[in-house]
Amino acid sequence: MPPRPLDARALAALAANPGCRRRALLDGAGVDKPALAAALGAPAGYGQSQFAMIRGNSFEAKVKADGGTELLRLVHEKLGRGAEPPRAAHLPDLAAAGPEGRAARTALALREATASGTWTLLDHPMLALEVAGTPAYLEPDAVVVHPDGRWTVVEIKSFPLIDGAADPAKVGAAARQAAVYVLALERVAAKLDGARVGHEALLVCPKDFSNVPAAAAVDIRKQRAVTRRQLDRLARVEDLAAALPDGTSFAPDRTRAQLTEAVEAVGAAYAPDCLAACELAFHCRDRARAAGAVGTLGRQVRGELGTLTTVEAALDAAAGGCPGGPAEDPTAEALHRAARLRAGALAAAGLPADRTEGPGCPS
Amino acid sequence: MSLLTTLARLEAVRAGRARPLATVRHRHLTDRPLVFVPLTTAGEAGAPLGALVGTDRDAPRLLVVPQPRDRDLRWTFLADLAEEVLPYIDAYADHVEPAERTETDPVTGKKAKVATELCLDAPQIVVPSPAGIEYVRLLGRSMRFRRTAEEDPDAPYPAPARVPLLGRWFTHLAERSRMPGSALLLSATGLLSRHWATGQSSLEDQHLGALLAWIAPDPKTGGTGAEQALRAELARDAQGLLLVPPAGPATDPAFDNKLLAPAMARFDAARAADPADPAARSAAEDAVRALVASQLRPTWDAVWRSLDLVRELPPGAHTEQRWTGDRWSYTGHRDRVRAGEPPQPRRDDAVTAARKLGRRETEQVRLDAQEALDDPLVMAARRFAGEAFAGEITEVVMEWTDSKRPSPRPLLAVATEDGPQFDGPAKVYRSLDGRAQTAEHVRTEEDGTVVLRLLDKMGRGREPEPGTVPEKGDQVCWTLFEHEPRSGPRLPEPEDTPWTHGGPPAAGPEATDPVTDEDML
Repeated sequence: MPPRPLDARALAALAANPGCRRRALLDGAGVDKPALAAALGAPAGYGQSQFAMIRGNSFEAKVKADGGTELLRLVHEKLGRGAEPPRAAHLPDLAAAGPEGRAARTALALREATASGTWTLLDHPMLALEVAGTPAYLEPDAVVVHPDGRWTVVEIKSFPLIDGAADPAKVGAAARQAAVYVLALERVAAKLDGARVGHEALLVCPKDFSNVPAAAAVDIRKQRAVTRRQLDRLARVEDLAAALPDGTSFAPDRTRAQLTEAVEAVGAAYAPDCLAACELAFHCRDRARAAGAVGTLGRQVRGELGTLTTVEAALDAAAGGCPGGPAEDPTAEALHRAARLRAGALAAAGLPADRTEGPGCPS
Repeated sequence: MSLLTTLARLEAVRAGRARPLATVRHRHLTDRPLVFVPLTTAGEAGAPLGALVGTDRDAPRLLVVPQPRDRDLRWTFLADLAEEVLPYIDAYADHVEPAERTETDPVTGKKAKVATELCLDAPQIVVPSPAGIEYVRLLGRSMRFRRTAEEDPDAPYPAPARVPLLGRWFTHLAERSRMPGSALLLSATGLLSRHWATGQSSLEDQHLGALLAWIAPDPKTGGTGAEQALRAELARDAQGLLLVPPAGPATDPAFDNKLLAPAMARFDAARAADPADPAARSAAEDAVRALVASQLRPTWDAVWRSLDLVRELPPGAHTEQRWTGDRWSYTGHRDRVRAGEPPQPRRDDAVTAARKLGRRETEQVRLDAQEALDDPLVMAARRFAGEAFAGEITEVVMEWTDSKRPSPRPLLAVATEDGPQFDGPAKVYRSLDGRAQTAEHVRTEEDGTVVLRLLDKMGRGREPEPGTVPEKGDQVCWTLFEHEPRSGPRLPEPEDTPWTHGGPPAAGPEATDPVTDEDML
């Protein structure tokens, strides 16, 4: 099986849940998670509508049309007011064999562009970033080099910018993705004199209900700092792999039981947010639900309940705990009080009480 | 989220079906709501694919755009939608009652009552989910600046007059839906998740089919609510299509790719055929319509089932009062439209925006207070948080003020197990025949007994009027929060916006959206 390369979207999502060792290992090792999820019987419900794909591609083509004239005009307008306006765009050829070759070619083009001091547009460059001990190759939509040696990451998205405002959740996701590119670019810039990476990325979206590009500068210093810290925290893949039993394999042609066992060998940190970001999330959710983990109700619930990590434990505490059990913690006490208040209110309204069951105490 | 809500979710996990979060209905429901289930085309803003709309659950009107990229078909869809929705909205405009409104005189700054009229009832539109509310807002934005042939004879694609009008109403309804407790535009998932807690996360509660399965599992299907919810969320047929289509406005990508795209391609081919074949064209169009209808109908039925479920709850005492606020909102917009005011601007000016935010904050506090007063389960959460306490009156000691005409100031001892969080000298309130009676906190005894001094609502005489002072043995619930919140600071008129906030807003209507190349297919 060829390894599946990490992309910026996966990295940004990984950074959003750094405690998940399962994700770190599978992504770091390049395991084909969609195939694995399907083999586990919990396929991810992803897929993109071809309508969205066609429109997204046609929009990106439109933004980069005419040798990037429009795109450079937007960069100049939003982020490069100090420099003279770009007349003709310099578009270096970035073609090379394999991701390593393309990354090297990109680094060379960046060096030349920075030295030449002219507006340069790098269309789909390739950047390398070491994540959890394995190299990841990333392909931003575009990088623009300013005449003053500043590099700007350009993110082209197909959600609309209506009256100057876009969906905050989508802008946030784009900013986290751009932050990953900035981190990768900074590694290249560190080796060059006079080069620096701009802390503002340019987000290019369709304006209102049209296909006309509109742009906005997005400050990504915060996302960059967060992502950097999370990526540094990621457990190293070799360490995770070393802890696995010998012969563990995630090949999708193995039986479901074997795969389940293999996946269970690495701990997961499931939260409902995973559903939108990880192909294996439905499998992890099934397991977490079967284990009665309170995290399936949301991160906030898990935080509220502290040491009571299972539904049964929390409900036992609500019912009053076991006589002679360990000293009650404040959460258990609060739950017990909440349960009494809730029962009183339900009774006052004449509604049936929650199933009252004594705690499962050892007799 | 209160720990009581968390507890309800935990109980729901164990029970395998939803548990109540409210004992009464906290939103007003009209006798004749209009349900609107829209679908949109993936990847393009404001490109509707189709909708079911209507007030009769057995006879919705189906509107479909067989090729969403064709602007002519899109405008036809919006005109048809306006034809369906505007008569419903207008039906409430002429049934009015006399009312009074407080207005501030711009010269003297004095407040005066002005006689006006208030619509007796108002329209209520229900969409499947919060995303549907956002879609109403988006449609409103895309329609309200459209020009009619009369306004601008040279405009390409002139719109029938009802289209910009619907845009203004949709904008108004979407804006109103941000007012806490309002009910002009509601979402089914919002209604259900306000009243029930499921055993899944609030993220997963956004799925109307799954949410309904938790609350009212279908006995014919079998299995717990949790199992049925999982099936509603994930089960696919042999073709890989979801058994329960998403409640929109986004469609299932598998549906787009496997069924819709080929059907649309056939429609395009039939349209472009030379010589024209009207029969083939209409057959191809019917095929697209049938596909879109197949995705819409389950959601349509689910929205009506949601309304049935919520309607079964008895209405909260204050819902009627909040609905009056909605009626004022409706009447106000009716007046603006009738006065020929221009459509709402793309962005609010500083004063209008600050006013809206201020009112929403006030309404949120009011809603929290009213829901607690209407519903012991909500009050339980406030008691848990130390913002209210309930208990038995164990002692009443009559005292009076020292003035020439002494007024009663009785001392009450309340035995409570709740732990109210008094912060310095504090006032507490209780509901006395719907009005708030105030007491001040005197001290808390070591055994938790709270001593209060009653301050008002006891009449003018030396002896309190009967029934105004609780007696020994009475159960009383006191709140530390006020029942009627105070409104925020006064703001200048928009024309007086200071330069620090951008100055007065520009006069005159805004320009329409320019026509772009791709408007011409």
